[in-house]
Amino acid sequence: MGWFVRNKEGITTKTEDKKETPEGLWYKCKKCKVISSVEDHAENLWVCHNCGFHERVNAKEYFSFLFDEGKFTELNAKMTSADPLKFEDKKKYTERYQATVKKTGLNDAVTTGYGKMEGRDVVIAAMNFNFIGGSMGSVVGEKIAKAIDHALKYHKPFIMVSKSGGARMMEAAFSLMQLAKTSAKLAQLGDAGIPYVSVLTDPTTGGVTASYAMLGDINIGEPGALIGFAGPRVIKETIGKDLPEGFQTSEFLLEHGFLDFIVERKDMKAKIAAFLKMVHNEDKSKASK
Amino acid sequence: MDYLDFEEPIKEILDQIEKAKELEGESQVNMAKTIKELEKKLESTRKNIYKNLNAWQRVQLSRHPQRPYTLAYIEAMTDGQFIELHGDRNVKDDKAMVGGWGMLGDEPVMFIGQQKGVNTKMRQYRNFGMANPEGYRKALRLMKMAEKFNRPVVTLIDTPGAFPGLEAEERGQGEAIARNIYEMSKLKTPIICVIIGEGASGGALGIGVGDKVLMLENTWYSVISPESCSSILWRSWDYKEQAAEALKLTAEDMLKNKLIDGIIKEPLGGAHTDPKGMFEILKNELLKNIEQLKKVETDKLIPKRMGKFEKMGVTN
Repeated sequence: MGWFVRNKEGITTKTEDKKETPEGLWYKCKKCKVISSVEDHAENLWVCHNCGFHERVNAKEYFSFLFDEGKFTELNAKMTSADPLKFEDKKKYTERYQATVKKTGLNDAVTTGYGKMEGRDVVIAAMNFNFIGGSMGSVVGEKIAKAIDHALKYHKPFIMVSKSGGARMMEAAFSLMQLAKTSAKLAQLGDAGIPYVSVLTDPTTGGVTASYAMLGDINIGEPGALIGFAGPRVIKETIGKDLPEGFQTSEFLLEHGFLDFIVERKDMKAKIAAFLKMVHNEDKSKASK
Repeated sequence: MDYLDFEEPIKEILDQIEKAKELEGESQVNMAKTIKELEKKLESTRKNIYKNLNAWQRVQLSRHPQRPYTLAYIEAMTDGQFIELHGDRNVKDDKAMVGGWGMLGDEPVMFIGQQKGVNTKMRQYRNFGMANPEGYRKALRLMKMAEKFNRPVVTLIDTPGAFPGLEAEERGQGEAIARNIYEMSKLKTPIICVIIGEGASGGALGIGVGDKVLMLENTWYSVISPESCSSILWRSWDYKEQAAEALKLTAEDMLKNKLIDGIIKEPLGGAHTDPKGMFEILKNELLKNIEQLKKVETDKLIPKRMGKFEKMGVTN
């Protein structure tokens, strides 16, 4: 008999019966713990009104404030992952994938679409970190390639919002080759003189940093985002020392010359639009239908 | 010579042959027949073992301590007609990435590759074949030079990964690799990439975008090493063999998945058992491929190269 027996009726819900917390009314900042209403938080573009912490949000949220009136046409919405390697670790990849689709309501870790940004036609791709860590497999690579094809065809600027842990292990070398695929597409975009804006958000690491995220005509970061090639844990293990404060943040990358500037979410659209106005000849854009 | 665990039977027979020879010398007993039988047995044992290697065994062979490394290939294949070039013109000279002009038969070629060390001291000097950003930038500088003089680029890939260090991050490891991939996809001269040992992830792809990507028989190429994959997905270092299988990282699997263009046979037992033979095989393969690629016009070469990588990936 254990010492601690629950005599009074307390919490009796079994762990497996617990439900995911439903959409609440309050948001508690992960950094400063200050509470605000979910409504206010969304109005503030999911940035803490107290400390300015930029919460991780998905493509849906980015599209809502980057496209004019949040209106856009999605590209390749239905594309989903195959399992070419029949990959299995502790779990089958197909099972993991299906469970994630069900949980997130998304089809993979990137959403792509076209619409207007301050009246200018643009193509935007944004990543969904809650989909297997925003990892890049065949679908992410292919959807980005197709989005760039659209940008090429209609001479529209391309904006990529990265948020990813890197390549998706469960598609192994197929994932690796997406680095080459997306970079080759960007090379074509570059040769066509079409602007490419890379937005790096928290976190952007691994194969995504080693390909499209670092290849923008301008690379811009959200404040405080973790950006790097190797993850902090791996580096710590390699050098056997604690990492300096602020290592691999946007501010660190700006200081070392890998970002053009850091932009708060509320200013992101205006800044990108201002840049595009100066470099992109709108008359070259063709209407897409 | 070091032997891997699955090569033990070979070592045993070799020891027996050695002993028989010794005995013959000491006691004047004619052992010729025994030795001949043992040698026959050796050959069939070898054939059997190397015919059925699993993924993890290939990984072990790719890291065999006696396996030849990049500079040994270049020196041998160019017959010493090699001018090594140094530095990225920005920060320093990365010892883990080597390159320079060499004569491959009658062909002037730009060679680039990661270099591992042959002993403890050299391994440190070469940073275990893990390049820093300046290594990738040096590689790009050399590729651009090859483009300028319209000569083919040959890259020899052998790395456990790009170096994950503090300074590497400060100097933009991700950007350096990304830039190389971008530039290689549109470099206006033929590129042939050969995995001669380990092809680990972005560190390999950073010099791995080419018109022909080939793998030696006993090498691996994937998005992560089997050990790291095991530690992340199984949360333990003990599943490296399963991880090696699951990643489909052998030359055979990579070709089957159309992620590489061809496999180059190694001498029986692996490149380290007959380095000279290996150098000869690779030299001939390279010359053959250069010959082919030189016939393709540049404005067709690049779309073809890009198109190949654009096709990679399987979706529903």
